[in-house]
Amino acid sequence: MRLYLAVFALLAAVHCEELFNGDQVLRINAESENHIQILKKLERDVDSGLDFWTHAVSTEQPVDIRVPHSSLYALKDFLKKNNIPFTVIINNVQEHLVREREEMVRNAKMESKTKSFNFAAYHDLETIYNFMDTLVANHSKLISKVNIGSTYENRSMYVLKFSTGGEKKPAIWIDAGIHAREWISHATAVWLADRIAKDFKENRAHVPSILSQMDIYLMIVANPDGYVFTHISSSPLSRFWCKSRSATSNPKCHGVDLNRNWDAEFGGPGASDDPCAEDYRGPSAQSEIEVKNIVKFIMSHGNFKSFMTLHSYMQLLMYPYGYIGIDAPDWPELHDVATKASKALNSWHGTVYKVGSIFHTIDQASGTSVDWAYLRGIKYSFAFALRDTGEYGFLLPADQIVSTARETWFALRYIMKYVCDHPY
Amino acid sequence: MKTFCSVWLLLSLVELSPAPPASQEPPLACTGAPDPAPPQPETAEDMASTGDLEPTHYPARRAAQVALHYLNTHHGSPFRVFGLQQVHKASAEDVAAGGRKYKLDFSVTDWGSGSAGPALRCSADVLFPRTERHSAPKVELHCEALQQINSTAQEDDAFYQKYISPDSTVSARDIPDSFGNMSEEMQPFWRLARVAASFIMLRESSENTEFNMAKVASITQQESSEEQLMLEFVVLLHDFPSQEIVQWKLLASWSPDRGVRVLQTEWQPRCPHATKPPN
Repeated sequence: MRLYLAVFALLAAVHCEELFNGDQVLRINAESENHIQILKKLERDVDSGLDFWTHAVSTEQPVDIRVPHSSLYALKDFLKKNNIPFTVIINNVQEHLVREREEMVRNAKMESKTKSFNFAAYHDLETIYNFMDTLVANHSKLISKVNIGSTYENRSMYVLKFSTGGEKKPAIWIDAGIHAREWISHATAVWLADRIAKDFKENRAHVPSILSQMDIYLMIVANPDGYVFTHISSSPLSRFWCKSRSATSNPKCHGVDLNRNWDAEFGGPGASDDPCAEDYRGPSAQSEIEVKNIVKFIMSHGNFKSFMTLHSYMQLLMYPYGYIGIDAPDWPELHDVATKASKALNSWHGTVYKVGSIFHTIDQASGTSVDWAYLRGIKYSFAFALRDTGEYGFLLPADQIVSTARETWFALRYIMKYVCDHPY
Repeated sequence: MKTFCSVWLLLSLVELSPAPPASQEPPLACTGAPDPAPPQPETAEDMASTGDLEPTHYPARRAAQVALHYLNTHHGSPFRVFGLQQVHKASAEDVAAGGRKYKLDFSVTDWGSGSAGPALRCSADVLFPRTERHSAPKVELHCEALQQINSTAQEDDAFYQKYISPDSTVSARDIPDSFGNMSEEMQPFWRLARVAASFIMLRESSENTEFNMAKVASITQQESSEEQLMLEFVVLLHDFPSQEIVQWKLLASWSPDRGVRVLQTEWQPRCPHATKPPN
């Protein structure tokens, strides 16, 4: 898919002029961290004219570069001098564009299924959905994909179910991407899905013991319509889209803040009634089909013990309430669990998270998913706001995805183990 | 060939979308943008935030962010932008003439040196006036060892020399891009935009806002004047409580000697027809 997108980008960029004659696409196979650093430096040099189709991240993933004809000899020479192996995967880009386009698309689709998925990159919805299918195919005894309904624009909403069997075991819910522009949340969830599968397969603590007693439900994209919208262009109107994409009472403004639309003190302070506002709550609780689908699923399952949602940014680990400033009945325990989870998170890269209720750490907020879950009796309900604290904000560089996901995993694993050890 | 290419492009465009989206490229339609810093009713937290404050809660953090903006307007440069590390202690009290003054003890880091860099300890008084029309908070700030952190004079000078030449016409968009990428050449310009944006963020802040710069939409170098680099920025600010993205155009000057000065600012409402001025 990426290859296909790159081809399209080429076409669009040059308005069909014949500028790629003699250009080649090289596939670089870095063999050491030193190679990676060399490639990174090359990529940062914007004057080089090299067009990196994939980024230099690790020795496990190849780096594809479109090289203008004029730079070919120099680059190949440079790579040889540094003992960096490469192959020519597209011999003449122009000819290839004209004659081989369809085959390239087909190959790219095949490749994305069989080769390692690049966790250190942000992917569009189709790619993430393909990843889910591949993961399910590779771990068919453990993971299944559940379709819990369609979005406003008729896209499927999928949840990955991790289960070692049994009828409606007590379950843990994790969702990401309810706010479309918070790309690090989807990217983290993708990594988490793979990590849980791997830890189970390799019998790494505490996943096998958790999964022996509980099921894990992971929803990587809770707002598919919004996510697709953020990919349309780099314009702020697109990339910074937050809400759903439903029509509202104002024809000029679309979308509802899906994290203000839940039936938890809906209508209270901490959300807006203006359809043009970013925190527009919607006309009524659960008016948004995306929220309704999740509610229906969780309520009909009836045995969820933990509800966790991933957002960004600000590095916060929060618990109920959002709608009011009084302490939730389970406050001491929730605060203790969140504090220990944030310490586990901090142990990996030293990233500091602040712990507190939504009301106190962010602001009063009504109609939030965490409040809804808690008020429905799902005691261990938490909201994460992932990296960073404002330097890049929503535009967190892709090279922070894996470290963010890994530290988040430390916290999540702690919470899941705790939930497992404290049945109620 | 050209028609074939255009047809092919169109076909690719159609294939690209898995499901026909209800919306295409976002229209430049009027969204009726609210004021950049919409006034919000006082919440229970506001009422309670007199006396000692919980450092991890938002009232202290918002006040510290204001102090950060102030710090960056004075000490930010193409190679130095400060970010909040954590608030250690905070308190607030109502003052005469209806304002609220926060006393803060907090640490900052230079984003340039990452989490590996040293943390600077700062103390600040931040006064939010309570006036009919919004007026900028007043800050008094003191940071330990500010003079002792590694000077960026060399990088500043090299950067200045490179771009002060009359031929220099730097122009760029989307810094960083959707994926957080930014070329090394653009980083000093991004930091300058962040420093210049700090003037606006400082001015527009209240107890109900918490601003960060989400993105630099564009950078256009203007003709240098009085030996100052002149840069026109369009920046997008993100307000954390309301989650709104606000767009500002500004003209800033910089030189190693004079630092950053902001000469003009212009709020750019998303709705072309909105005439409501900010604050």
